[in-house]
Amino acid sequence: MRTPSTSRRRLAAVSAVAAATLLGTSACGGGGGDDESAGGAFNAGIGKIANASDKKGGTLKFIGVQDADSWDTTRMYYGFAFDFARYYSRQLVSYTPAPGKKSVDLKPDLAKSKAKITDDGKTYTYELKDGVKWEDGKPITSQDVKYGIERQWAQKVLSGGPVYLKDVLDPDGKYKGPYEGGDFDGIKTPNDKTIEFHLPKRNGDFEQMLAMPTNSPVRKDKDTKSKYGLKPFSSGPYKFQSYTPNKGLMLVRNKHWDRKSDPLRKALPNAVKVTLLTNADERDKRLINGDADLDLNQRGMDSQGRTSALKQHKGNVDNPQSGFISYVAFPQSVKPFDNIHCRKAAIYGTDHKSVQTARGGPMAGGALATNMLPPVVPGYDKNDDQYGISKGSADVAKAKEELKKCGKPKGFKTTLAVRNTDKSDMKSAEAIQASLKKVGIDVETDPFDGAQGSSIVGNPDVVKKKGYGMVLYGWGPDFPSGQGYGVPLWHSKYILDNGNNNYALIDDKKVDDGFAAAISDLDPNSAAKKYAEVNKEVMKGGYYLPLTYLKVVQWRSDRLTNVYSANSFSGWYDFASLGVK
Amino acid sequence: MTAPLHEETSAKTAVAEPAPTGAEKAIEGRSLGRIAWERLKSDKVALLGGAIVVLLILVAVFAPAITALTGQAPDERHEDLIDPLFSTPKGAFGGISGEHLLGVEPVSGRDILSRIVYGARVSILVGFLSAVVAVVIGTVLGTLAGYFGGWLDTLISRVMDMLLAFPQLLFIISLISVMPSSLFGLTGTGVRLLVMILVIGFFGWPYIGRIVRGQVLSLREREYIEAARSLGAGRPYILFKELLPNLVAPITVYTTLMIPTNILTEAALSFLGVGVKPPTASWGSMLSDAVQFYESDPMYMIIPGVAIFITVLAFNLFGDGVRDALDPKGAR
Repeated sequence: MRTPSTSRRRLAAVSAVAAATLLGTSACGGGGGDDESAGGAFNAGIGKIANASDKKGGTLKFIGVQDADSWDTTRMYYGFAFDFARYYSRQLVSYTPAPGKKSVDLKPDLAKSKAKITDDGKTYTYELKDGVKWEDGKPITSQDVKYGIERQWAQKVLSGGPVYLKDVLDPDGKYKGPYEGGDFDGIKTPNDKTIEFHLPKRNGDFEQMLAMPTNSPVRKDKDTKSKYGLKPFSSGPYKFQSYTPNKGLMLVRNKHWDRKSDPLRKALPNAVKVTLLTNADERDKRLINGDADLDLNQRGMDSQGRTSALKQHKGNVDNPQSGFISYVAFPQSVKPFDNIHCRKAAIYGTDHKSVQTARGGPMAGGALATNMLPPVVPGYDKNDDQYGISKGSADVAKAKEELKKCGKPKGFKTTLAVRNTDKSDMKSAEAIQASLKKVGIDVETDPFDGAQGSSIVGNPDVVKKKGYGMVLYGWGPDFPSGQGYGVPLWHSKYILDNGNNNYALIDDKKVDDGFAAAISDLDPNSAAKKYAEVNKEVMKGGYYLPLTYLKVVQWRSDRLTNVYSANSFSGWYDFASLGVK
Repeated sequence: MTAPLHEETSAKTAVAEPAPTGAEKAIEGRSLGRIAWERLKSDKVALLGGAIVVLLILVAVFAPAITALTGQAPDERHEDLIDPLFSTPKGAFGGISGEHLLGVEPVSGRDILSRIVYGARVSILVGFLSAVVAVVIGTVLGTLAGYFGGWLDTLISRVMDMLLAFPQLLFIISLISVMPSSLFGLTGTGVRLLVMILVIGFFGWPYIGRIVRGQVLSLREREYIEAARSLGAGRPYILFKELLPNLVAPITVYTTLMIPTNILTEAALSFLGVGVKPPTASWGSMLSDAVQFYESDPMYMIIPGVAIFITVLAFNLFGDGVRDALDPKGAR
């Protein structure tokens, strides 16, 4: 059961890790850190709040090169869209407005308090606050929350978003969604203020799932179905004034939003403007010129912009740790990677330092990944380094030894699939190729269109046919937990015919059982330990070659206030707290 | 200008040495090829282009020897020469030094000179072989269309019109993305090279085909063909012994002008990421790589750019010279 006291314990545990991460961060920073400017100092928004202020007013200007997959809360899946959605949507529970690991802790948002959990962890009950209103002044009811969640069952019309709640509440897929199936009986609304969730099986991450903007309320009479993303109806501090896909949008204040009911969103600016471009260089130039305050997409600056930002405006730069990891998976269907020793040979034979340099070095590429669990996921343990990756260099002797055990003492040939849309991935592939050549593994790269990933590397038949012994990809948690991160990657149930993410085709009972135990654990601390065990098991199997824990070089304009990187959003800035001078 | 001068000197020697037969030979013995060669020899610009072309071919052929001489393998990474913060080379001008004469690549630190030298192989190979493919198909089909006429001519001409209107770059891009990773025993870069050569050559043949067809159309009505025919010469004899020698000049000209276009197409394909596969070096892929460093490391963009520029210019100058030299109506 999740009680306030366990939450605090977990908080203490995670802040210790946060401190450790911070030490690592400044060590990687390359000696900088005291370059002051009007915007603050280098990394002022990491682990603390840069330019803390309560000044209201002004227009906050975002700039980006990619529009959201959808602004409909049910359909969005991009991390920055989740972050941005909190401007115009509220959830039952949401993230703490604080830097770093603290942000992961959940606070009541529309609800008066966190869930009352009964029935051995299978019933979650929430009471809504009084005075919470839609943008037209009508009160937000428990039916609205229920309807907003039910929409994710309507995958035929509203595809694209995550479906965690659907999978947990209705694992057999009996309900057909609000457009065809009427009411869902797994969620009950005894009155306008009360909502109950009935889970068939308990799940320790249920509230974390609920906090995703996917589960924001939607009012039935305002639901324009597939067109909802063009003008979502606001329950948050701002509402849509205008939106032109791929060009930009404008949010203005929702005068029916009550600041007193919402301690989680600072909502300082009077308006929020988004400009969308197509060229990342142009975006970086405009950021440096001061035409915009921050990058909407939060993927970091490109090489040119990075160089001039770090050389001339280091005080405007933050270098947050993101929740993403780059890795190579070894599909076991492709010989000789059905043999664990051949997989291990490739792990030992890779020059990790060279890959890190290829990805842009410790600042733009990130720290060497010693295992598959990234730092923002509870259970992360830097010391779980079964292959000596932190040393950096390739272990040629061990690689040759494993090759002998695998029965290929002279090495072998294989193909590495890599997204041609990702420059760092392409460079990493070349670095891996060069280092494996030295131990006798002849790697040929096969770049594929990243947008087609789910039908190429996500299709085990295609992988086998094309002989992809190695698949280079990236991954980040949907919500900060071992479940939100690892299940799609490692669970045997998730080996799919299309859109597969378990590239290595891991079908290991120990891993599956480990997940089952961790998921049903309601104590986040012991659950995190169980996820760490699962991760250890996965690494022991040699299914993955972890590359780096991605870091980005993020721009923070001089006029930006209340800036901090939050683990709740994979290390991106918490948009809802930002203000302008 | 040179021809009369030459005659004068021959005449003088004829006067000095009373041997009238020698003087006669000097005038009569100048074949078409010889005249062309003499014209070409006097064209300094074309000769310079030709010299560069020869040099490039030598560089491409002896690439391993050249890199052995400089001691820098094209795939050897020198990450110690890269600034880890910016991914660019540490030294000035893209890390140019005594060891790395043209500097090193950003990110990986590979020697640029070695990669340029190896890149020449790809450019020259694709440029020449695809021209050969185009010339073979173009000459055969052009001659057939021109000589036989009728429905065959209509068919071949329409096919040529169609191919000329075809968006070849888009076609190659989509073709390469659906190509299997191994073909006819080739893998990886081998497949890509083969596909590029065949496709670029295939889309190039109508240019040659049209010229050849036009030439054959006018030549087949000439008296000497009539004469050969009335003397009982067979079709193969007329085609190979009478027509083909007269087609050599236009074919040579168009081939030399086609090679630089093919080199540019290869560079464009590699630039777009559908050319040779990494780590094989190619000028086009170096250029596309350099785009993200154009401010912090401009040398990396300039060097392959200059290599492509010089190569294409040299081929064009040489090709223009050959055309002028072979042109019977030329001013010279």
